[in-house]
Order: sequence, then structure tokens, then C-alpha cells
Amino acid sequence: MVRTGKSETREPSALTAHELRGLMQSGKMTCTEVVRAVFERIDRFDQQIKAYLYLFRETALEGAAHVDEKIKRGDELGAFEGIPVALKDNLCTREGETTCASRMLKGFRAPYDATVVERLANAGAIFIGKTNLDEFAMGSSTENSAFQVTANPWDLTRVPGGSSGGSAAAVAADETIVALGSDTGGSIRQPAALCGIAGLKPTYGRVSRYGLVAFASSLDQIGPMTKDVEDLALMMTVISGKDPRDSTSAEVPVPDYASVLDRDLKGMKLGVPREYFGEGIDAEVRESVERAIDRMRECGAEIVQVSLPNTKYGIPVYYIVANAEASANLARYDGVRYGYRAPDASDTISMYEKTKRSGFGAEVKRRIMLGTYALSSGYYDAYYLKAQKVRTLFRRDFENAFAVCDALIVPTSPTPAFRIGEKTDDPLKMYLSDVYTISANLAGVPALAMPCGYSREGLPIGLQVIAKPFGELTVLRVASAYERHRGFSLRKPPLNGTKAN
Amino acid sequence: MPVSRDDVEYVAKLARIELTEAEKNTLTSQLSSILGHIETLNELDTKGVEPTFHVLDVKNVFREDEVVPSLPVEEALKNAPARDGGFFKVPKIIE
Repeated sequence: MVRTGKSETREPSALTAHELRGLMQSGKMTCTEVVRAVFERIDRFDQQIKAYLYLFRETALEGAAHVDEKIKRGDELGAFEGIPVALKDNLCTREGETTCASRMLKGFRAPYDATVVERLANAGAIFIGKTNLDEFAMGSSTENSAFQVTANPWDLTRVPGGSSGGSAAAVAADETIVALGSDTGGSIRQPAALCGIAGLKPTYGRVSRYGLVAFASSLDQIGPMTKDVEDLALMMTVISGKDPRDSTSAEVPVPDYASVLDRDLKGMKLGVPREYFGEGIDAEVRESVERAIDRMRECGAEIVQVSLPNTKYGIPVYYIVANAEASANLARYDGVRYGYRAPDASDTISMYEKTKRSGFGAEVKRRIMLGTYALSSGYYDAYYLKAQKVRTLFRRDFENAFAVCDALIVPTSPTPAFRIGEKTDDPLKMYLSDVYTISANLAGVPALAMPCGYSREGLPIGLQVIAKPFGELTVLRVASAYERHRGFSLRKPPLNGTKAN
Repeated sequence: MPVSRDDVEYVAKLARIELTEAEKNTLTSQLSSILGHIETLNELDTKGVEPTFHVLDVKNVFREDEVVPSLPVEEALKNAPARDGGFFKVPKIIE
């Protein structure tokens, strides 16, 4: 326990990166204490939560000792010096394994670090380990991991969301200070909402994808998952920027994302698209988001009714585009150069077929099949090309909306966290729960999820703030202002092995 | 348009995935149901609409044509299921 100068003593693992930075720099806490506290949480709770696939215990403690020496010497410290970071296991690290939660890559040791990992390392971050995900990032519940199901820290019988469920659960349970996730159709934002934390999907191209195992190359983005908006801003400043090793990364300068965190909402126009508040949304989720919009109005924002007319076509477009691209990206897992190889195949074709049969889980196979079908001769025009045209209509919808408002406020998930096993029988039902998140991936716009309340059962509910391309400053400004005026207290999950009460 | 079992077998061949009989049955009905939902896209008139293959306005991202170090052979081979010297080893390709 450490006295932070506030009236309560707080456990180091419960703090944010910005709080810890100040405490470590002023000598009130050592990095070794912080890292030890994080591993104590993991040792105490991760058998139940199962957020982590792999821990970097020794190197983390060595790194912490090194940081403590730097501080003692009075050396210049990096922007993220000494801050514990958890990494979703589809991010390549030289250390440990990079499995994408798939049997196909069990034992795979990446020969390089992802750019985001390098940037955080250069800024002084301490990596705690690799977190669980839906296999190859395909899923909305982390139930598709080949190795373990991660539980929601708020209620261990429920899912943390997906595909970045491990990262979300680790942040929510203070099993790390911050984490990185990836988002192709909502995989940062939905688990953030279901676990009561903050998560940001940047504009497509804002953050380098080099070292992110590819799922859908025109949709994937890496982003931060944190306990508050300030930590999102701090991480974004470190990880963003043009990377010559990712030709889809944008040549757009990186601003100081923390510079907007103390601004207010006066004069801002916030759009509420009617299509996001219609059928299919849980009444408590709607009420919670609407209450948040009222708070924003009270803070001086003008609320504008807008329309995104093609919203309902988002799921079909996404499930063609993402799966078509996935079928191309996952073709490489053939047993030849790395990963699982089926034994006893008599020839290479049969080796490919048997390797994919045993290496991939059911959801991955389903999506590859869907994608291959959509791209196959005779169907390409009807499915893939059609979907990419509708995608243009999506982008126009957003452009029209942003002509009359600065940002959109919408729900993240139609319901709070559902029970483990509840949606696994019906893939289409699982897909439909992505309806509020996929549009931002299709249009390439930045979208931030953050807590806006709790259900009557005590489960977190999250809203999204969405802005135009490279509008991260706007998104962070709105989110930060709402965070300061949210009108309710943020809770921590009641971790004692029983349901949220 | 419903997906037939023949379609599933054909697509599995394209994707080089060996499916069990049970998987073929399940996938036939699941793909039909998912593709049925996807067919709602036909409600939209997209005549004259350009497809979005790329959300960012980038073209021809090149680097200077100079030789830079690449992944060393030993690193590239370190995860190989089977190797022979500087090569990945695989079962025979041609009869």
C-alpha cells in the first residue's frame, strides 16, 4: 500500500499510468514495487479470470530494477518509463510465444517485435505478458480461444467480450496497468465496454500494423486499453505514427494527445444517430447512454439528431469484407515454414489440408470458408465487390454526419456481458452483436469506448465517441470532458470469485 | 441462395481445408444462414458507386531502391517444422 497524498491509501496495481509515473519519478514508489504488485494480482486472480496466456515475470522484474536504477541516478525518463503493459497475443514479440490463441501457432517464436512493442519498449514500458483472445482475433467473446476461456472480472460466469477479452479483463482486474488490443470489427471497444474500462480504435493507418498478425488488412488497427482516458492519450502518443515497415500507415503528424484532456464541451456539436437507438438494444443500455448524452448537454454541448441510414447493412458488409480478407491472410498457415504441421502427410496438398483441419478452430474455419466462397469465381461481383461499394455508402453516411457535428455518441454493445456459452450455438447471433462497432472499422474512423454506467445487475455499460478520420483529439476531448462530469462513481469489479452484487 | 454440400466441398478444396463429414453438414447450414443474411445487400442500389478498397488516400507507397538487411536465414528457419540446411523441408510435391 502507498500513500498517494489522497485521503485513501491505494494499491499500486489499482492506479493508472499517469498516476504511477508521478509517484515513481518523485521516489514515492519504486517500479519494482509496482511490477510486484501487478504479479501479486495475477497470482491471486488469474486462475479464475484466465486473462493471460504467457507471463514475462523475470524480464519484467529485471526491467523494473533497471528503471529503478535510472530513477536513482536522475536519468532522463521515457514517456512510459516503468509502466506495466499487457500485450494481446496477436502482437509479435521476440520474447515468449505469439500464438494468436490458436493451435496453429502454439510454440511460435516471432523473429521480431511489432512496431508498437518497440515504441513502447523505447519509451521505457515493462511488458507483463501476452493476453488471451478469440483465435486469430475472430470473435466477440474470447470463447474462441483454442486454449482457455477468459472470464469477465465483474461476473466470472460471463464473457469479457472479444476478441481482446484477455487484455480487457487484465486491465479491469488490475492485473496490468494498461494493455494493447486490436480492433477489426469492435475487438477493443466491445470488451472495453463489457469490462468497464476505456479502449480506443484509432483511425485506420494511425498506428502501424507491422507485427500485428493480420486478420483483415483493410480493417485491423492496434489500440490502447486502459483505466481512464488520460492513459489512452498517453499510449496513443507513444504508439502512433508513420512506419516505413507498414505501407498502410499514414503520413500524418502525431499531436500531443494529452493536450486536449482539460478542455470542456462548450460549443461542441454531438450527433446522436437514430439508427443506433432503435430495435435490438437493451433498455438499460439505452437509458445509460441517453443519461450520458444528457450529462454532455448539461456540460454545454449541443446535441444534434443525425442519421446514418445504411447502419443495418454494416453486418453483411463486414462479414463479407473481413472474411474475404481473412481467407487471404490465413492462407499462409500451411505447415510449411512455421507453426503446426500435420504429421504423416503423404504430399504437400494433403499436408496443407490436414494442417488446417487440426490447426484451426471452428470459427476460423467458418470465416475462411465464407471468405473463400465470397471471393470465388462467379461470386466475387455479387459479394465482395458489392460489399466494398456499400462500404463507400457507409463512408458517405459518416461524412454527411460529420458535416453537422464534431462527434457521434452511440452505444458500444447492445447488451451488457452475456453468459459464457450463451451465444456459441448460433454464429449469426454472435455476429449481430457487433452492429454498433463495425461501422467505424468500415469507414476507418476513430472510435473510443468508455464506461457510462452499470446495469441493475452491476455489469458495466459503455458508450462510444466517434469522430472523423484523424479526429483522435476530438474523441479524446469529448471523452475526457464526459469522464470528469460523468455524474456517477467508477467501480472496481468485486473480485472474490462470486457474481457481481 | 442456399449453399449446397457440393459448394462446401468445392470451397474447402479452394481453401485447402480438410473437413469432417459433420463439419460439412454444419457448415452447409451455417453458411446458408449467414449468406442469406448477407443477401440483404441486394436491397441497395450501388450503381455508379466506387468500391472502397482502401479507406486511406494512399497510392504507390515506395521506398528507395537500396539494399537493406533482411531477416537472416537462421531467424527465418527457427520455427521450421522440418528443415534441410538452408531450406524448409516438406513432403513431396509432385508424383
